[in-house]
Amino acid sequence: MKSLPRLIGLSIALALFGVSCASTGSSLSSPQTSTAYIENKGSDTIVNLALAWAEQYQADHADVRISVTGGGSGTGIAALVNGTVDIANASRQIKPEEVTEAEAKGIQPVEFVIARDAIAVIVNPENPVSELTLQQLSDIYSGKINNWKEVGGEDRPIVRLSRETNSGTHVYFLETVLRLGQKENKTLFSMDTLLLPSSEGIIYEVRQNPNAIGYDGLGYVPHDLKMIAIAKEQGGAYVLPSADTVNNGTYPIARDLYMYTAGQPTGAVKAYLDWILSPAAQTIVTKLGFVPIQ
Amino acid sequence: MEKTLNWREYVVTRLVRASGYSAIVFVALIFFFLLREGLPTLGEVPFSTLFSLRWYPIENYFGILPLITGSIIVTLGATLVAVPFGIGTAVYISEIAPRWMREILKPMVELLGGLPSVVLGFLGILIVSPFLRTFLDLPTGLTAFTGSLLLGGIAVPTVVSIAEDALDSVPRSYREGAWALGATRWQTIWRVTLPAAKSGVLTAVMLGVGRAIGETMTVMMVTGNAPVLAITPASMFSPVRTMTATIAAEMGEVANGSVHYHTLFFIGMVLFIISLVVNVAASSVVFRSKQRAERVLS
Repeated sequence: MKSLPRLIGLSIALALFGVSCASTGSSLSSPQTSTAYIENKGSDTIVNLALAWAEQYQADHADVRISVTGGGSGTGIAALVNGTVDIANASRQIKPEEVTEAEAKGIQPVEFVIARDAIAVIVNPENPVSELTLQQLSDIYSGKINNWKEVGGEDRPIVRLSRETNSGTHVYFLETVLRLGQKENKTLFSMDTLLLPSSEGIIYEVRQNPNAIGYDGLGYVPHDLKMIAIAKEQGGAYVLPSADTVNNGTYPIARDLYMYTAGQPTGAVKAYLDWILSPAAQTIVTKLGFVPIQ
Repeated sequence: MEKTLNWREYVVTRLVRASGYSAIVFVALIFFFLLREGLPTLGEVPFSTLFSLRWYPIENYFGILPLITGSIIVTLGATLVAVPFGIGTAVYISEIAPRWMREILKPMVELLGGLPSVVLGFLGILIVSPFLRTFLDLPTGLTAFTGSLLLGGIAVPTVVSIAEDALDSVPRSYREGAWALGATRWQTIWRVTLPAAKSGVLTAVMLGVGRAIGETMTVMMVTGNAPVLAITPASMFSPVRTMTATIAAEMGEVANGSVHYHTLFFIGMVLFIISLVVNVAASSVVFRSKQRAERVLS
């Protein structure tokens, strides 16, 4: 949802680009190479990055057409299993049951880690709290801590903001923060957690409300909001999210982003994926606020 | 000549009749579809879960009570805003405003009615909700009340244009009769014109309520979407989650045919039944008052 306007803009741009190419192509009497089409679909977290990659790659390779759509990690993997896309984007690892389903259809999904993403916890700049442990964060979101003064802040109620339940980020936050990564832990979000349909909704509310706490992908956090430094456990070092802290593993709320192909990629798809893992493509990752793989 | 005319008459009559019946067919088809997709929920989700207080579908908590109360409280608030304001505006346009004022006001109200709800939602997030938070000293401005105010704003044009039509169709002789008896302007409006236009005004209110309960985008943006049971007066000033916002937010990524999918359709069914009840109640009231009026006149 957050990427919709940009997505529309880009698809218009791509369409125009396509039209202009088609017209130049027809003016040349003999098209030398056949065009390769790559279908790329999945996670909304990755869609902006995938579009930026596709745009750059098509600018360099006139004979390749890449179409990028969002829809969510599950949607992308389902499309891969059904054989309608060449590359599926996912902000989570493929589930065992999805692998079984794919194998039943004779498809062996191959995984590529293409970038990393950190979830930043954000508060209003007026809020004096700047450090929290994972345990405190879990207690805040599950409703055990209800006032900022319990974590060293002012006497204000805590307003919890979250993405909607269908967001991959929501599920990741639930598993990694609320349940502290423990499989048997069944902690749930406090019932009065506000579930906002977009990243923008969370950012607007945090920007104007000093009671609010929210979370969002590192790439989407604007400069005028305050990020919280997180410690893995009581007494541990408090770490702010950044490319360095994500790559050296000290920032605890970070995840890998994936692309999946049906079987080992060949031809144009292989060339594209090789390029994505190259330093040239990884600089685009940094530009969009994600963390490049090293 | 005569024959072609008859033939044309026949075709046109049939076409008009078909389009008349099509409304019934469509409603029936929609309801059938909702039943088909929604009813399996009753077999899949135990009653104790369905009427529990937690809605968290990704972990199989399917309590729809918070969503129903959320919709009701927001709609109630919107009605409280839209009815006095809408009828007041209608009375002003039809009874009091000078001609030139009416020419400006009517198109303005219609313009307001055409405002996309997502735009109102933006205004809500950027202006109304921060203002309410500081003005009323609330923890957050994303509350049922914020939703009610904006939904009231959305329902007002509906109420105004229908109520104004109803007031307009009250014969001038009624007012002249009241004035001749020495009634003031206000007495004429309150005791004669409004009661005479009662059925139309009531229809206006009901359509306004219908507009409010079915509205999705604005509500999803400004009410905070927290599925909390909303039955105390304080709930008016805390976040709520409505049925429409739930369907809109979750339908996109739900697996076709899953329990969650069926439950969302079940919520749609509940919504459909609620608006059906509102409509039937309204038309029966209108019908009854008409009968009485006819008795009095005969």
